[in-house]
Amino acid sequence: MTSTSATAVLFQNVSRHFGTVRAVDGVDFEIGQGEFFAMLGPSGSGKTTCLRLIAGFEQPTAGHIEIFGETAEGLAPNRRDVNTVFQDYALFPHMTVLNNVAYALMVRGVPRAEREKRAREALSLVRLEGMDARRPAQLSGGQRQRVALARALVNRPKVLLLDEPLGALDLKLREEMQEELRRLHKQLGLTFVFVTHDQGEALSMADRVAVFNKGRIVQVGTPEDIYQRPTTRFVADFVGSSNILTPDQAPRFGGVSRWTSLRPESILIGAAADAMDVRQTAEVIDQQFQGAMRKTRLKINGLEICAMAPASQTLGVGQAATVGWSHGALHAMDGEGNDV
Amino acid sequence: MRSDEPSLLLKLSAIGGLIFLHWPLAIIVVYAFTTEDKSYQFPPPGLTLHWFSVAWARPDIWAALTLSFNVALVATGLALVLGTLAAAALSRAQFWGRDNVSLLLILPIALPGIITGIALRSAFNLMDLPYSVFTIVLGHATFCIVVVYNNAVARFRRLSPSLVEASFDLGADAFQTFRYVVLPNIGTALLAGGMLAFALSFDEVIVTTFTAGQQTTLPIWMLNELVRPRERPVTNVVAVLVMAVTFFPILAAYWLTREGEHVAGGSR
Amino acid sequence: MSDLALRRRGPLSSLLDAVYRRPRLFLAVLLAAPLLWLGVVYLGSLFALLAQSFFSLDDFSGVIVREFTLSTWVQLMAPANLDVIIRTVLMSALVTVADAIMAFPIAYYAARYARGPMKAAFYLLVMMPLWSSYLVKVYAWKLILAREGIDTWVLDKIGLKPLLDWYLSLPVIGGPSLSASYTGTFIVFCYVWLPYMILPVQAALERVPGNLIEASADLGASQGATFRHVILPLAFPGVVAGSIFTFSLTLGDYIIPQIVGGSQYYLGQAVYAQQGTAGNIPLAAAFSVVPILIMGVYLTFARKLGAFDAL
Repeated sequence: MTSTSATAVLFQNVSRHFGTVRAVDGVDFEIGQGEFFAMLGPSGSGKTTCLRLIAGFEQPTAGHIEIFGETAEGLAPNRRDVNTVFQDYALFPHMTVLNNVAYALMVRGVPRAEREKRAREALSLVRLEGMDARRPAQLSGGQRQRVALARALVNRPKVLLLDEPLGALDLKLREEMQEELRRLHKQLGLTFVFVTHDQGEALSMADRVAVFNKGRIVQVGTPEDIYQRPTTRFVADFVGSSNILTPDQAPRFGGVSRWTSLRPESILIGAAADAMDVRQTAEVIDQQFQGAMRKTRLKINGLEICAMAPASQTLGVGQAATVGWSHGALHAMDGEGNDV
Repeated sequence: MRSDEPSLLLKLSAIGGLIFLHWPLAIIVVYAFTTEDKSYQFPPPGLTLHWFSVAWARPDIWAALTLSFNVALVATGLALVLGTLAAAALSRAQFWGRDNVSLLLILPIALPGIITGIALRSAFNLMDLPYSVFTIVLGHATFCIVVVYNNAVARFRRLSPSLVEASFDLGADAFQTFRYVVLPNIGTALLAGGMLAFALSFDEVIVTTFTAGQQTTLPIWMLNELVRPRERPVTNVVAVLVMAVTFFPILAAYWLTREGEHVAGGSR
Repeated sequence: MSDLALRRRGPLSSLLDAVYRRPRLFLAVLLAAPLLWLGVVYLGSLFALLAQSFFSLDDFSGVIVREFTLSTWVQLMAPANLDVIIRTVLMSALVTVADAIMAFPIAYYAARYARGPMKAAFYLLVMMPLWSSYLVKVYAWKLILAREGIDTWVLDKIGLKPLLDWYLSLPVIGGPSLSASYTGTFIVFCYVWLPYMILPVQAALERVPGNLIEASADLGASQGATFRHVILPLAFPGVVAGSIFTFSLTLGDYIIPQIVGGSQYYLGQAVYAQQGTAGNIPLAAAFSVVPILIMGVYLTFARKLGAFDAL
């Protein structure tokens, strides 16, 4: 793998060990210029360490890192054209909002008038105006998030790193900031690298997602790839929820003798199942109303299977029903599991 | 917060304890104004400001005061540098021998002062170092380090490590990071530690008796007066002065570290 | 690259950056100066002093003989010197117990009942005497305990003067006046070190969760039982932590017994006299080992009792 002009970040067989702990263990990936790249995984899976390797806070134990074609090993964080939005925002508590945002310009010796002008521009970019003189402690969580973004963007880095930036926000604010980040990404055309343990966030925001487990990348692909074509049991289980069939069970559901994923929403119940490739008879165990859908537990071939029925489709407990799905809904994959 | 009320006995003994802690200090103040100059007669037969003017005119008091002030200033400066360095090193890092290093920092105040004093004295002897203001400062700095260290290390621990990373990330070098990010956040703790170190040095007597030659610091002057009294009311006046000089730094240190709780730490 | 070129950096700045990025090296640079001072100069002085206890003083010439000998240690075991050691340890133990008893109500009140400004006031009222001048405090007690001092005056006023006279006529604890008796020394020691006991006890009590006390009451324990079985055991590490100070400080003090008390020597005075007027540094060094040893044993026990967490 060699870097091309379109590559923003390149990892070649990168490892980072802390004593005997292999936080990152032989990772390869390539992030394209202008891409919105998400690193997804449970805590301790190595995604944050990878981010810190790009930022320069950690140095690889082995392997090679390039940022825009330039070798990054041995390069200090303050010499990388990469900026970070920290998980705890890391706003300087003793500085005003304006001085926080202008910090990167101040340490480079930009004259005061110029740096304040550019800091105000960055603040208006994240739609946070009129707060210049406040201290971080006087802001709400969402506002701090915006200041942290403005501060990281003021110098237009080539790569913006975001370390679980939305983790501390409540649901509504989080959705708002997700849209905001998408908008900024489109508007600025920068490369965004986003670390999260929230699969919904990764799928809805990123162009491509890398799924981490135990210091390794298990799968890299578009959100659709990751969701619909998980390559391993771990991915199928971690991203969304899925019915996972063992190699023994899969043939009875119309698949081949391999580990197989069958997403609940691909299972149709009743008349809608008639047109499907595979049809079976099921017994309804119970139904749970979830607003838009009814989560339906079924017994098929002696196995408990989860399906998503439309909210209007009410089924009685113990009732027999025809269920069906297409061949395409059965996705064969590797058996590597999530027994972490 | 709690529904139960303190019993009368507890209340009285707590208040009684606090009074016990403070009334001797009040007595000193009263005695500084007494008109009696031969004995410790109580109550004072009369009150006068006379002894303040007598003390004011005494060159030996001024000399001792100046020396104590200078020694405290230099010792505090040294302790600030060494204590901050040690705090920065020990606040987060885990390394072999870490506990031994922190024990070493505490040792000069954990061991009886006389041992520190006599050890330094015999070491200066062995090194052929004549007793001077310099040796006094060395002794004082040794036990002041831990005071600065204690204040600084608490603040360092509250300082989110990502602040330093953020500074580097935004392009600052190590100097700039220290000056613009670390120093403003630990500043009040250092000031508080410095104040306490100053107060400690200003009235230290035990180690000083061993590390001083002919120099007379204010506490040594007082000790001489205590052992061989000459003009008792003047001693009373100096005692009040020493109390005043140490009172304000302690009060300031308290307020500085109190306010600090809102300043430092992560911004979340 | 952004439109701003990175400002040119000097070699020193580059060096600092390089040092900062190697955690071990950075740690070594930070610790070099403090360790050189405390680890080499201070610790070196201590060991040099202790080593001198194995030298001896030539009685005729008054010159220190720098040859290994145990004669100084034999000299330390003389009955008169053992008396000094026993007297000092006994005094330290009594002072520690008395301070623990006096400190508890203050610490308990401050930790459990004082809130807001009241709490700050409590804290300051303990801190001020802790930090205010040691000599001034000792001096104040000399004024108070003197024959014509306040204590005599107060007792005279309330008609208890005969009681004082009777007390002073007692053997051992009495004397010509309070300021020249064991009792006087004891009072001043207790007074001067009391704040050192209050603060750790308070810190330990603060850490007793309120709901623990409620749980105990909820389970039917009386106030006394809760105190005995819940509060006291949890506060004990704090008491031990405080006792480290009261014990150690009393062991090594040579000024208080010199100013308030009888003519009997304490450890600190013995060290002082041996190194000063007698010029017997080896014996002074041997005397110094005693409090270090006692504190070493004491600290080992204190550590086992969890007192270090309460410091």
